[in-house]
Amino acid sequence: MRDVAIIGVGMTKWGELWEKSLRQIFVETALEALDDAGVDRLDAMYVGSMSSGLFVGQEHLGSLLADYLGQRSIPAARVESACASGGLALRLGFIDVASGMNDVVMVAGVEKMTDLNPNEATYALGTAADQEYEGYHGITFPGLYALIARAHMEIYGTTREQLAMVAVKNHENGALNPLAQFPFKISVEAVLNSALVADPLRVLDCSPITDGAAAVILAPLELAKKLKKPVVKIIGSGHATDSIALAQRKDITWLESTYQAAKKALAMAGKRIEDVNLIEVHDCFTIAEICVIEALGLVEKGKGGQAVEAGLTRVDGRFPVNPSGGLKAKGHPVGATGVAQAVEIVKQLRGEAGPRQVKGARIGLTQNMGGTGGSSVVHVLAAE
Amino acid sequence: MVGIVGYGAYIPCYRIRVEEIAGVWGADAESYKKGLLLEEKSVPAPDQDTITMAVEASRRAIKRAGINPQEIGAVYVGSESHPYAVKPSGTVLAEAIGACPDVHTADLEFACKAGTEGMYLALSQVKAGDIKYGLGVGADTSQGAPGDALEYSTAAGAAAFIFGREKIIAEVLETYSFTTDTPDFWRREYQYYPRHGGRFTGDPAYFKHIVGAGKGIMAKAKVKPEDITYVIFHQPNGKFPLRVGELLGFKKKQIEPGLLVNRLGNTYSGSSPLGLTATLDIAKPGDVVLIVSFGSGAGSDAFLFRVTERIDEVRDLVPKTGDMLNGRRFYVNYGTYAKFRKKIRKAEK
Amino acid sequence: MPTPARYWREIPQRYRLEAAKCRRCGLILFPPRLICPQCQSREFEGVKLAEEGKVVTYTIIRVPPHQFEDQAPYAVGIVELDDGVKLMGQIVDCPFEELKTGLRVRIEFRKMMEEGEAGVIYYGYKFVPA
Repeated sequence: MRDVAIIGVGMTKWGELWEKSLRQIFVETALEALDDAGVDRLDAMYVGSMSSGLFVGQEHLGSLLADYLGQRSIPAARVESACASGGLALRLGFIDVASGMNDVVMVAGVEKMTDLNPNEATYALGTAADQEYEGYHGITFPGLYALIARAHMEIYGTTREQLAMVAVKNHENGALNPLAQFPFKISVEAVLNSALVADPLRVLDCSPITDGAAAVILAPLELAKKLKKPVVKIIGSGHATDSIALAQRKDITWLESTYQAAKKALAMAGKRIEDVNLIEVHDCFTIAEICVIEALGLVEKGKGGQAVEAGLTRVDGRFPVNPSGGLKAKGHPVGATGVAQAVEIVKQLRGEAGPRQVKGARIGLTQNMGGTGGSSVVHVLAAE
Repeated sequence: MVGIVGYGAYIPCYRIRVEEIAGVWGADAESYKKGLLLEEKSVPAPDQDTITMAVEASRRAIKRAGINPQEIGAVYVGSESHPYAVKPSGTVLAEAIGACPDVHTADLEFACKAGTEGMYLALSQVKAGDIKYGLGVGADTSQGAPGDALEYSTAAGAAAFIFGREKIIAEVLETYSFTTDTPDFWRREYQYYPRHGGRFTGDPAYFKHIVGAGKGIMAKAKVKPEDITYVIFHQPNGKFPLRVGELLGFKKKQIEPGLLVNRLGNTYSGSSPLGLTATLDIAKPGDVVLIVSFGSGAGSDAFLFRVTERIDEVRDLVPKTGDMLNGRRFYVNYGTYAKFRKKIRKAEK
Repeated sequence: MPTPARYWREIPQRYRLEAAKCRRCGLILFPPRLICPQCQSREFEGVKLAEEGKVVTYTIIRVPPHQFEDQAPYAVGIVELDDGVKLMGQIVDCPFEELKTGLRVRIEFRKMMEEGEAGVIYYGYKFVPA
């Protein structure tokens, strides 16, 4: 297996992009990555997208987007693992280059969500759940995480305020991210006063509906070294699945797939979680970030809420989590999220994150999750 | 000997008071309360219908019967609010209780007596020796037009009876049906609410047929009102059953245990059948029970039962009618009632 | 939206809660599967789930998927039945203030949704306070 580096990144502003179609959003972002890498020809492409079929009626995305990017005829595949589609695309691209099969590979993620009305979008997102035994009963994604939140609060004493603090922290970071959908701060009171979506979760506990894309270009390390840019390597990759139905999990407050994926990624990287300087996690809902930091081993099981309250996960804290603003402030165009996490880590490791820069960033970790933890993909990146 | 082997009732937990309905339409609540002895009625939740209530009532009947549902050879559901115009409630019910596929099923309609028709067909097949057990159910989510007199009484409920030759709790002594063509109350296809002939629904309809069936069955069985412990009549309001009872020579205390309409409303195909379940809930071995239904159009089915020792073993196995009528319940206002009953609808999407 | 076939196929589970018990390790699977996720055995016996249980966790859906638009707000929870099996379902006939973890509930047959004015009616199980 060869060493793999990320030689280019691209990401344009995320939000409700009424005037841009899925293909347009993708191409603008992908061109930025190509320009950043200084390449004009790809050997292969992987595109993460949860459901272009449900959102805009478009399947066969790999071929369509390769063509529109001016890379007609290259091998291109759409990758799906619900909200972990982007992270999984990254893993498959990584394996493609590491194995020697291809040299210059683009990994992108894109989702165009605003062409559906909110209830239809809620349904489309809900297809990540078990359709016959969860969706059939009218559950939604906020609903599933609300079930986890209530259990976490009752078993571990996590408070409503601690959940709100996750959103507040991520907005504080996102306020410094010009590409974020919501680049502004919010307060705990604002979260607690926002409308209920699925008790106890409120609007401001939930990542938004977003249009957007992100792209990275992978290449073998020797090629990266020739580019005279700070080199960032992918040194670990881990992927694990779990039952998607929440009722079939042994412990609904524990993200086993994240735990497994992180273990594998860190083992491959030869690192421990304490060696990681910053982490981009999947805060689709505030409670998710709390459960993820427990599953990653940053804190003891059940102590995630307290850790957030104590400031452990702030940009200036012991374990900076979501310096980009996370899904909450940056936005969550589902398939693009996993790739955007890598984009942020690369910028941080290159020292290009501006006011969001985590000091001394040498090793970063991304954690991308599908559904309520039915799949998790973790990558460890390091500055060369 | 053929008889009831198991019985079950189901009443939804929502209620609306007569005053609440009268207040909206500017009507005189007292005239309904004193005049028709109506106080409140049951309201089905939006996720309940004739089928869901029939399933729950039937499951309770099966528990009392203590039988394997695979041995039920026929399932009949009588209602005037079958959820489909074409596709029987009976198939969903038979599948839900586990009687499929070796089962005959049919849906019945005869205004408020479709339930007793189902009972009659079920018991007849047992009598004929064709099946071991037969299930007859009366269930309705009756609708009354907004502001119409019927709106004060149209309610929801279900009663299920399993007939057989073994494990009998109430033996069928006699049956009799009295039928004529009398257009007192009807609903044309594609119409949402029924219509009725006002006072014409009284003497020429309700009273004529119940008296005809009551007299007919007592003559056939050679019994008199004094020989009967309890009698249940179809209950469109609280006054009619008492008056027809008087006409037939019954006393109030014979009628009262089976008279639920003042707090339940008129559950149409479930009306007299639920009166029967309430009566069986308190009847003792040896009691003789008469039920006379009435369905507009018009006709009455009459059944004469004698309760056996086994009633004491099964009565308490599942919730009793009174438990549901008087137990946990929630009162709704007219707006919620109208929403539940789809009397107000949202725009087309 | 499920087509009639997709709905009809799940009827034994939706109407009668038919499950499968692994003959080797005793795990009860709802819905039934072809291979046990715990011990990989492929031998099962048919069982029916218990009819009562307790609420493990619950939420109230206020922003529904479009098929459930007319039903919101409604409560959904995970219930652990008395035989240890956990399943998800709506909790009905219960004022929201009375919802709590540990609430005893029983299974009731209810309507899940209708496919518009002219489509199929879907039935299934929901939970009511016991």
